[in-house]
Amino acid sequence: MSKSKDLAIDQICIGDIAPGCRKVDPILIADGVKRQFGGLTAVDVEHVEIPRGLITALIGPNGAGKTTFFNLLTGFDKPNQGNWSFEGRNLAGLSPYKVARLGMIRTFQLTKALSLLTVIENMRLGAQKQPGESFLTALIRPLWIRREKEITEVADTLLKRFKLDAKREDYAASLSGGQRKLLEMARALMSEPKLIMLDEPMAGVNPALTQSLLDHIKDLKANGTTVLFVEHDMHMVRHISDWVIVMAEGKVVAEGPPATVMKDQAVIDAYLGAHHDSDLGALAKPAASRSTKKGDTK
Amino acid sequence: MDILKIFTLAIGEMLSPTTITFVLCALGLAVHFGFTGLLNFGQAAFAAVGAYGMVISIDTFKLPLFLAILVGLVCSVLFALILGIPTLRLRADYLAIVTIATAEVFRYFMTTIGFSNVTGGSNGLSQFGSEFWALNPIPEGNYNFGFATYRADQLYVLMVGWGAVIIGALILRLLMRSPWGRVLKGIREDEDAVRSLGKNVFFYKLQALIIGGLFASVGGMIFVLNLSNVQPQVWTTNFTFTIWSILLLGGAATILGPIAGGMIFIAVISVTQGLMSGLVELGLLPFLTQPDIAQIRLLLIGLSLMLLVIFRPQGLFGNKKETQFNV
Repeated sequence: MSKSKDLAIDQICIGDIAPGCRKVDPILIADGVKRQFGGLTAVDVEHVEIPRGLITALIGPNGAGKTTFFNLLTGFDKPNQGNWSFEGRNLAGLSPYKVARLGMIRTFQLTKALSLLTVIENMRLGAQKQPGESFLTALIRPLWIRREKEITEVADTLLKRFKLDAKREDYAASLSGGQRKLLEMARALMSEPKLIMLDEPMAGVNPALTQSLLDHIKDLKANGTTVLFVEHDMHMVRHISDWVIVMAEGKVVAEGPPATVMKDQAVIDAYLGAHHDSDLGALAKPAASRSTKKGDTK
Repeated sequence: MDILKIFTLAIGEMLSPTTITFVLCALGLAVHFGFTGLLNFGQAAFAAVGAYGMVISIDTFKLPLFLAILVGLVCSVLFALILGIPTLRLRADYLAIVTIATAEVFRYFMTTIGFSNVTGGSNGLSQFGSEFWALNPIPEGNYNFGFATYRADQLYVLMVGWGAVIIGALILRLLMRSPWGRVLKGIREDEDAVRSLGKNVFFYKLQALIIGGLFASVGGMIFVLNLSNVQPQVWTTNFTFTIWSILLLGGAATILGPIAGGMIFIAVISVTQGLMSGLVELGLLPFLTQPDIAQIRLLLIGLSLMLLVIFRPQGLFGNKKETQFNV
């Protein structure tokens, strides 16, 4: 399928594959990140590195702490202790908006389309460096209208790519659940992030659209964006990710290339359930279902 | 009952300085609630802070008018900062609680005898108007406009007041059509989403609170300049809820809404008062007496506002498309 499958392990990680192993070129490094809710330790990650330029999947059962870990990394939640850095820059204690400005953009598990803004306004809001977003400049149109045109051009290109161009002037509230997922992903791309963190991009999306979302995620990688995404379903993960990190009870319990991780019996039994063999991933074979996805995005 | 008189009176009320004050406060509240989603239940306090800031500067500290207006506006900004910094990081409900409480605290503070040498206490202050009236460029005399006859000083207040409304509305229009306004609307819809896109949500909310408050403060200043008198008992929660009614009537996320909504609201109050009073006089409402009218009228207005919010939640001038979604 993708060339990344042929990437040798030693091009990704240094030394033996083990939970928390070091990467050749990490974009994000987390160290001793711990988050407790009262007596419950939701996240307790000793060390983990996310490889640059690849698609990394973060998997694990419900309650494994994946989303909490996401929230911690992006500043939406504060850990009890721990450090993490993005491209060598320490992010601990940074507000979410500052994290986003550094080029690390996230999406949410429960989609956050801005309902009473039109699709195109949603997209424009995703852009950075719009001088018109500061109060005084906003009053003088000539100061921001040029940047606005640039932003709109980028937005229109992205909307076309995500097949939302027909919905351009509609309120985001009128979109279907799957289309909102697409909009949220497209909006996140407006700022040309270096790392995009997708929290369950496939949740609640029908199979045909899932395929299209998977393709979009692969496109991201082709364009040089690092992808980290949370997913429940191992079979979806297997087809697109270069690297898989498994979390359970707040800890990183395994990582490695998808094929290796899937063979890890402990991971399979404990965290993926007994029905892992029924191949829900049939739909992840691109050529077969590509024709069906068009109807869905309309 | 003189129907013509009732309606000419209503037109006069629609344009009155009181309407101007409510319209300016409602425009500010539109920035708070309609565009940013901030629940401010203390808009009366913003008006009062602006008014008192200006009046005390003139009356007690003998500052010239324009400097006093500036002081009033600075007070309004400080007031927004005091309210906003602790509450805007929290959920919207907390701002609502804090604003309504602060507005009452401010009103009682102004009534306190201990500070009455500065604030005038419950008697208020009234020695501040001379410089304002001296600036009146309109020659003495009476001016007839058909529906009403204005003295030069009345015309002067209306000119200043409606001038402020027009300038304010134009500024708001520019702001809300800019990327800055887009961020505010995004915050109204979902502030975490806007945060995740790299915008400093707290700072935007603070800016919105300040700007909406400044509108109310200008409104408060015009109110007290017109009366040449400032009194603490004006700025009650009733004042705030009238502003809310106007905003919801006109349409929260619009700029025309608060202006037209304010005029319609005041006109309706005036017309119903006139009509009901006339009907009682003619003996057509035997179960009512003159003093009942004010109460019944407010009751009817409350009822119609409820119906409006249920059946036309976007207000008279809001975008109909917005209500097709239950979000």
